[in-house]
Amino acid sequence: MGCGLCEIYCTVQHSETKNIIKAYNKEIPKPISRVRLEVNKPVSFAMQCRHCEDAYCVTACLSGAMTKDDKTGLVMHDPEKCIGCWTCVMVCPYGAIKMDINRKVVAKCDLCSELEVPACVANCPNGAIEIKEVKR
Amino acid sequence: MSKYVIIGASAAGIGAVEAIRETDSSGTISVISEETCPQYSRPMISDLVSGKANFEKIKFRKDQFWESNGVQILTGRTAVSLNLTDKSVALDKGDIISYERLLIATGGKPFVPKIKGADRAGVFTFTSISDAEKVKQKLETAKAAVVIGAGLIGISVTEALVKQGVKVTLVELQDKILSLLLDLKGSEIIENVIKKSGVTIITGQSVQRIIGKQEDDKIVGGVMLTKGDQIPCDLVILAIGVTPRTDIVSKTDVKTNQGIIVDNFMQTNVPDVYAGGDVAETYDFVLNQNRLLPLWPLAVLGGRTAGFNMAGKKTSYTGGTNMSALKYFGIPIISCGITNPKEIGDLEILTMEDNAKNIYKKIVLRNNTIVGITLLNDVERAGILFQLMKKRANVKKIKHELLRETFGFATLPLSMRKKVYRGE
Repeated sequence: MGCGLCEIYCTVQHSETKNIIKAYNKEIPKPISRVRLEVNKPVSFAMQCRHCEDAYCVTACLSGAMTKDDKTGLVMHDPEKCIGCWTCVMVCPYGAIKMDINRKVVAKCDLCSELEVPACVANCPNGAIEIKEVKR
Repeated sequence: MSKYVIIGASAAGIGAVEAIRETDSSGTISVISEETCPQYSRPMISDLVSGKANFEKIKFRKDQFWESNGVQILTGRTAVSLNLTDKSVALDKGDIISYERLLIATGGKPFVPKIKGADRAGVFTFTSISDAEKVKQKLETAKAAVVIGAGLIGISVTEALVKQGVKVTLVELQDKILSLLLDLKGSEIIENVIKKSGVTIITGQSVQRIIGKQEDDKIVGGVMLTKGDQIPCDLVILAIGVTPRTDIVSKTDVKTNQGIIVDNFMQTNVPDVYAGGDVAETYDFVLNQNRLLPLWPLAVLGGRTAGFNMAGKKTSYTGGTNMSALKYFGIPIISCGITNPKEIGDLEILTMEDNAKNIYKKIVLRNNTIVGITLLNDVERAGILFQLMKKRANVKKIKHELLRETFGFATLPLSMRKKVYRGE
């Protein structure tokens, strides 16, 4: 459908207050969504980090902010170490890394580590986003 | 005796250690490091000067990196010669380490041109933490600087100096700044932004002489340009580029061109001897040939590829090209491949400009495949274009979409997605 609720729930989940009104109207700098609604009618889908096996963004990262977690297999990003050089943006094959211009760092999907089910999955009214672990 | 010996502990050396340990958890590794401090990100040393980062922030890996990977780290040591027959490396204090597999990751050294007066105090190169610390110390008194060379290093240090309130003159021999990355239009946009921050930019000229101070001739007091103009300054930064540090193989059978020649597996012509990072000539997938590409992400990738192969996991170098992302002066820039062709020939060029937003985008195509990408101020989807370029996708059907604001993953037809992302 391309309703964009995934972006809204993602934004709220990654806000300071986790409150939709405050997240959108009060917080400075503004929280940003890590999922992106891709639309090319009639096709629309949610694009977020694929947590690639041998992730280009991790190899390319200039600061060491982007890492592959040995245990979970997740590609994790540490905004404290990020310098916003945009090198990961250049090499991500999915264009899935977002630029947080206000904070001068990148932001990406962390699969909502604090939640059992990622916010975009839990709140998609159409069941269009699923989370599945794929072993190669 | 170590199973793996790595000369050099920066980007390529670190990449190699990680790859070896992903493949071989117990083989002994020795790493020879000239520097004594924890591993840091060289491209970030300008953030140290600008004050944006402290040393803690620019550390490239965790403090226990070597220990946790079971590496014997030899810091403050220099490898002086190789014995390829005995398979050993001689170190500065006369000790010798034998290896089964060797990686030469000695990196590059700053190119220092022959300029009269370059030995005066206050002339610095800018590639190491010690360079950054010396510059920072000089800034306690310095008011004006001349930066020679307007490439990646020159622009990064210029921004840092501006942030520290220093009056900077940027001198570039080419007719424009960032000449290896941008065409004239792109270069002009960033030039105007830099000028607005108070920097004087002089192109088409170089420095013929570094002049001493009136009161003390041994200290930098200014520079004289090739056309004779003089610019007073307290420090000069040489940011002309780096050359491969190949000295260690100079009297050996290891073949070199400008850098060490390696195959697709990062192996030199000598079995069990590998090379990676700025010292090696690596594969450029746009030009379809090996060449020097002294870029940090490619050094990590090259070292990583070498590491896998050294540990017995046959891995091809996936290649890079002339590719850089820049954040300086608040304008995101991404430039990859052939961005400023000398001759148009069989190339097709697409451009898009939005002057109000300082947006400039350009794609260079050959036979409907992307061979060059330039993006200024609208760079977020660059990676998709980069993937299309790397996989040599035929983009004929979506040519008109490539530079639109709406371009994204959904722009790619299903058939193209399947082809270009196979195995990803």
